[in-house]
Parts: sequence; structure tokens; C-alpha cells
Amino acid sequence: MTRWAMAVDLRRCIGCQTCTAACRHANATPPGVQWRKVLDIESGEFPDVRRSFVPVGCMHCGDPPCEHVCPTTATKQRADGMVTIDYDLCIGCGYCAVACPYQARHIVHRAQFAWNGEPAPNERARFDPARVAVATKCTFCVERIDAGTALGLTPGTDPQATPACVNSCIAGALVFGDQDDPASPVAKLLAGTEHFRMHEELGTDPGVYYVWDAAGGKR
Amino acid sequence: MNRAAGRIAPWHQVNWDSRAAANFIGGGTGTGLLVAAAVAGATGAPYRPLALVALALVAIGLCSVWLEIGRPWRALHVFLHPQTSWMTREAIVAIPLLGAGLAAAWQDGGGYAWVAAALAAGFLWCQAQILKAAKGIPAWRTPRLVPLILATGLAEGAGVLALACALPAAHALARPAAIALAALLLVRAVAWRAYRRPLAAPRAALAVLDRAAPVFDGVGNWAAAGVAAAAAIFAPDAIAAPIGAAAGALALAGGWHLKFVLVARAGFNQGFALPRPPVRGSGAPGPSAKPGW
Repeated sequence: MTRWAMAVDLRRCIGCQTCTAACRHANATPPGVQWRKVLDIESGEFPDVRRSFVPVGCMHCGDPPCEHVCPTTATKQRADGMVTIDYDLCIGCGYCAVACPYQARHIVHRAQFAWNGEPAPNERARFDPARVAVATKCTFCVERIDAGTALGLTPGTDPQATPACVNSCIAGALVFGDQDDPASPVAKLLAGTEHFRMHEELGTDPGVYYVWDAAGGKR
Repeated sequence: MNRAAGRIAPWHQVNWDSRAAANFIGGGTGTGLLVAAAVAGATGAPYRPLALVALALVAIGLCSVWLEIGRPWRALHVFLHPQTSWMTREAIVAIPLLGAGLAAAWQDGGGYAWVAAALAAGFLWCQAQILKAAKGIPAWRTPRLVPLILATGLAEGAGVLALACALPAAHALARPAAIALAALLLVRAVAWRAYRRPLAAPRAALAVLDRAAPVFDGVGNWAAAGVAAAAAIFAPDAIAAPIGAAAGALALAGGWHLKFVLVARAGFNQGFALPRPPVRGSGAPGPSAKPGW
């Protein structure tokens, strides 16, 4: 089986938000909507204070609560683990948004543009009315993955078949691939490191892993 | 603009507002009243006006939530996922509920009244499960919310019945209605404690709930139960009904306040956490972070 997954190497992320910008560019999300964003988290108390950068978005859960609650079947889970939204079925009820423990879903109730309410030429060209008043979220750039695999490319290895955020990461902190394939970049990284998943105690089986140390603390 | 971008500690969900709360308020009171009306009707009390009020409350609640959804003209899509979605199940139950309720009102009680009461209980169950399935909202997802939602719906229904007993046609039912109301309010008070005490939720959500407790629990449960008990046991016949009605009003206000607060004020999300900060260089792991909890 294939399960597309992402690993975030927290040791490498520098919080530059290039992935955020790349996602917005690739997916033409409206102002204020960030399917991928990087949190800036302070932990500890003076003088032992740490600053960590944590990219977040849809976790493409193995047991997605958003899919269970969706009354319309707009939210579905593919066999390869990706959680998708059919914008033509969604009624914008927001139930998926309150069911998601990762705050990954966004509903914009009217068209929004960056300047004075009027679309700039690029916004006009890429505006999709189907995405107004329905739930949206990170897709793992499913179109790129599907188009790439159709060409025989390998997501996570070939940029043409890899999510835009992963391609853009200047620090190599974002890694993508099939977690069930031991040869994939994501499986290799996870095999050699200590990692956790966000809110794992909630039982959602997230598909995004956060690497925090080398395996066994070997540095 | 989405001001939530970059937040780490839990913040209030932005998708369900007072219109969603109105669905839980109208649906809870309406279904509780349909159950109360079936029982009262079996004892000879007028059924039709109570049932019509109950159905109107359920319908108002459903209309409120219809006004909230982003694509209202696709509302029929809500029926597509009965396998796992409690929102779909609520919608499916709503149709025979309204039909049986209208039929029962048409016949002023009878067998349809019990069918409507059973469907009302099912509708109320769905509403409680809707909140429980919202895994992103810690104050909602606990199974201990289910008995609280059920108890408050039934208590609100009994509260409306007690209010109706202030009308001359239903005076005879004032004492039994007050007894039932007092009992249900005690159950609601117990359900509240069972929900609130072990609740693991963001500090902000707990603070909101605790600020609401004096109104909901102090006035809506204990004061109302005391007034209802007084109406049932001590009050002279001439004033038993109005005192019971006052208890009903307090119970109703408390229940509505609880549901408004729960949905529209205490719906803080999970936020984010960093259980293991990254280890860089030869350093040691730093302390974890879970702000807002």
C-alpha cells in the first residue's frame, strides 16, 4: 500500500515561511488563508528558552475526524491516505472545521482579494468561485502527485510530482514520500530519527511527522 | 483576514456562531417539549399547542443553522453521509419528527404523540453526538457532554410545560409538572458536575464555562429546582401554577444560557503543541510547550 506522508525536520526548519509563500502561490489561496504555515513556538523559561519553528497544515490523518463528520461526503479519504474535499458537494457547514484538531480547514464566505476588494490581474486569472463558502485545506498538492505519478515520476523524489512546499524549502526540512516504501525519502528519514506526530493522543493517525532528534540521540 | 494565522495557544473556533447555538437551543427545548407533551397529553392535558410550539422551536433551530452554512442551496447534500455523520442523522430524523409531530398535533395526541416523542429523543441524541464528534473542540468532544445535552433538553421541555401550566387549561397539571421539572433539574445538575469536573480543555474554555456556572447551575439548576419543589409541595393551589411557571422560566433560561455559552463562547480549539523541541548540535532536548492548557 502507498501512504503519502510528510516529515518535518524541526532541527532544520528556520521559520523562513518560504513554504507558506510557495503554497499560496501554488494554490492561489485568498488573503489570510494559509494551507501551510510555520508556527514560531517559544518554550522554556529564562534563561533556558528555546525557539522552534513548526510547519503545520492538514495532517492527512489515517483516521480523519473531518471525514467522519462531513454530512455530504465532500470530504473523502483516498486509498493512498490523502484527505480530499469535493468543492461541488461541500455545503460549508463548518462541521469538518470544528472536528479537525489541527485547525487546518478554512471557509471564506465571500471572495477576498489583496487590494481594495478588487482582484489584481493574477488574482482574477486564478480565482476559483467553487472555493468560496466551502471548506478548503492543504491538498498535499494532489494534482501534482497524480500528474507526476501518471508520468512515472516519484513523489518526494521528482520535484514535478512533489508538493510545492517541499520543493520550496530552502533548508531541506520538509520531506515527502510514501511512508510504506522503505526506499522513499520520508521512510529513510523516519527510520533514522526520533519523531512525533501532533496531538497523537487524539488517535487521528496523522500523516505528518515531526523529527526532533537523531535515532537514539546519536548526533 | 484570518487573524488566527500564526497562533499557537487555542483560540475560539470561527465557524459556528449563535446561529449554530440556536439550533441546539431550539432543537433541545423543542424535542424535550415533545417528550413532555406526550406524557402530559396522556394525562389529559391539551397536547396540540405544546406540540406546535415544540415543532416551531425545532424548525427555528434548523432554519438558523441553514442560514449559517456557506452554500444554503445545496442543503440537501446534508443527507448523503448517514454512515458516520451525526449531522446527516439529525437531518434524517428531523423529517419524520416534523411529520409525526404535525400528525400528532392534528389528532391532539394519541399514538402519533409517542412516535413523535421517540423521534424527538432520537433527534436530541443526534445533537448531543454532533458535539461529541467535534474532535477539534476539547469542551465538546468529551462523552460526558452527551448526558448533559440530553438532560438539559428534557429539563427545558419540562420547563416549558411548567410555564404552560400557568394557563388555566393546564392548571391541574401544575404540581406533577413541577415535580418532574425539579427531578430533571437535579439530573441536569449532576450531569453538569460529571461534565465539568474532569473536563480537560484549554484554560480559556474552562474560564468561560466557570463564568457561566452561576447562571446555569446556580440559578438554572438549583434555584429553579428549589422553586419547582416549592410549587409542588408547599404552595397553595392558587399559586402553585405561577410558581411552577417561574421555575420553568428559570430552567429554560439556564439551559439556553448553557448552550449559547458552550457553542458560541467555550468552543476553543485544540491549539498546537510541541511535545519534543528539536535537538540541535550537541545540545539537550528543551522543555515541551503546550500554551493555553
